[in-house]
Amino acid sequence: MSILVDKNTRLLVQGITGRTGTFHTIQAVEYGTTVVAGVTPGRGGEAVEGIPVFDKVAEAIAATSANASVVYVPPAFAADAVLEAAEAGLELVICITEGIPVLDMARVMKTLKSDYPGTRLVGPNCPGVITPGECKIGIMPGYIHSPGTIGVVSRSGTLTYEAVHQLSEVGLGQTTCLGIGGDPIIGTTFVDALELFEGDDATRGVLMIGEIGGTAEEEAAEFISANMSKPVASFIAGRGAPPGKRMGHAGAIISGGKGTAPEKVAALEAAGVQVALTPDRLGETMAGMLA
Amino acid sequence: MKIHEYQAKEVLAAAGVPVPPGEAVDTVDAAVAAAEALGGSLWVVKAQIHAGGRGKGGGVKLASSLEEVREYSDAILGMQLVTPQTGPEGREVKKILVAAACDIASEFYAGIVLDRQLGLPVLMVSAEGGMDIEEVAASTPEKIFKVSFDPGAGLPADEAREVAGRLGLEGGLVEEMAGLLQKLARCFLDTDASLAEINPLVRTTDDSLLALDAKFSFDDNALFRHPELVEYRDPAEEDPLETRAAKFGLSYIKLDGEIGCMVNGAGLAMATLDIIKHFGGEAANFLDVGGGATTEKVTEAFKIILEDSDVKAILVNIFGGIMKCDVIAEGIIEAAQTIELRVPVVVRLEGTNVERGRELLAGSGLDLISAPGLPEAVESVVAQAKGGADS
Repeated sequence: MSILVDKNTRLLVQGITGRTGTFHTIQAVEYGTTVVAGVTPGRGGEAVEGIPVFDKVAEAIAATSANASVVYVPPAFAADAVLEAAEAGLELVICITEGIPVLDMARVMKTLKSDYPGTRLVGPNCPGVITPGECKIGIMPGYIHSPGTIGVVSRSGTLTYEAVHQLSEVGLGQTTCLGIGGDPIIGTTFVDALELFEGDDATRGVLMIGEIGGTAEEEAAEFISANMSKPVASFIAGRGAPPGKRMGHAGAIISGGKGTAPEKVAALEAAGVQVALTPDRLGETMAGMLA
Repeated sequence: MKIHEYQAKEVLAAAGVPVPPGEAVDTVDAAVAAAEALGGSLWVVKAQIHAGGRGKGGGVKLASSLEEVREYSDAILGMQLVTPQTGPEGREVKKILVAAACDIASEFYAGIVLDRQLGLPVLMVSAEGGMDIEEVAASTPEKIFKVSFDPGAGLPADEAREVAGRLGLEGGLVEEMAGLLQKLARCFLDTDASLAEINPLVRTTDDSLLALDAKFSFDDNALFRHPELVEYRDPAEEDPLETRAAKFGLSYIKLDGEIGCMVNGAGLAMATLDIIKHFGGEAANFLDVGGGATTEKVTEAFKIILEDSDVKAILVNIFGGIMKCDVIAEGIIEAAQTIELRVPVVVRLEGTNVERGRELLAGSGLDLISAPGLPEAVESVVAQAKGGADS
């Protein structure tokens, strides 16, 4: 068991003919992901690594029965790509693209909520989703992951790899690892991911990696205390960050005194979450909660 | 991207929001000439820096004669203005705004930000104008009225009227305020702003509404479609190293410590600052070289870190994923050969092909300290920065 993606996922790659899209498509196929189609407007009829390319998402679905999409489209066009996938009826759209204007995402989320409630967006500005041994969608290195019982959800990329690496070192594999993205407005939130992991029989515990900015971790804490039966371990990046500065991620900014690490840590600890003090203790903190 | 008050007023004026007539100048003579051209008998002289609280630091003065305009302009231009937002070192004033003063009957607040939880822009208005809105929000939140709006459609007239009606205005002014708020909302959307604030928004004694002060910042990710706004960029207000780093696709932020950091990924970079602090050190910077950490980026990152004379040691913390550790090690070695590393460099590699990566570093003949794990690396770099006691 797992969440969102598994061996039945039939992936469509939006922006497959771009350098990033092609590179990560090859990586995904090597990992064992079933990639059935690519979409690049104006390039229909071509093929990338033997994968047929279509002009439109709807055409690709009709021809290949794709049931999920990953978006590697440049920032200026990414919002439209997400909406095209939703309009074509896909239930899962994973947007890797970094640097999308935030108001574009506000418009996308508003449209998804009102017109396409059946579509789940993951990201943007995220590493993607992987169910070890079954399906890898995104830019994470596949081989650091191993099948197991921990769900991982994170706003960050490399810090997630660090977490997965540490889990493996303490002998904990993963059900699914989900990067939700570092932008201010994202499709799938911590709360959404926690709800999915809570409902997944194979997941025994969840490692949640947050960072400064916004209130997503506080909302997660509320959800955990009201709804989670499984142990949740956490880490919040940015204790040492100065206020008012955007720390790499567009969403990682302390503004108006809000979104600081101590606030988030306090909220999570009050909900029974064990929060690792330093980023080298992610694996052992999770293992400690399962012992 | 932040802009100056005078620029924000240009943006507002272009959107049809009334602002007091004024001119931005950078010499005392030009200030006096501007006041003369504006006419009247009362002017306000305002320091133009990218920080709030300018009045508190003596950067805003009311002048009732041209002599006073000269006197205040001379005092403000070139001053090192310290406000609660500049830090103790303050900011040099290079430009001032000379504007016609007006007779104020009442002051309001109007501002738009993005509500991350709702995923929508939210307009906030209050009759407590001129005050720090965060203070109002903390002490008397009931005095702030909020309405979110569709980023596609803008702020509808009926909702603008509803919220304008809560400000205690009478007669035709409610309609005028509603129109102004709609224009502000349209302007926020059209410019891809992340903040659009008028504070105070005043009603004059002759019953017109004016944006007396304004603050805008824009979404950096959307600047590609606003070349006209990029023109407003003031390099003097930005850290030159941050600007240079951005050109190379590096995300760099100058901090106050002594340990230079080079990390791949924003989350890991933040976490690295945290663990340095935990081990008793202070980072000199935040630097994300990107997930790939190519030789070019690593070289440029070293150069930028070393420009900071406070740096006494450097920590390189890279998790090699798709880009394998041996490739990254080669990049670090190549970079280290082309530039003079004047301080100790501790390298912590983890991830794919890590053994091969460490071997390459060890066999490079370069004075790089390779650490087996993150805590060891941080302990080592903190010791190096404090004088290399245990190196």
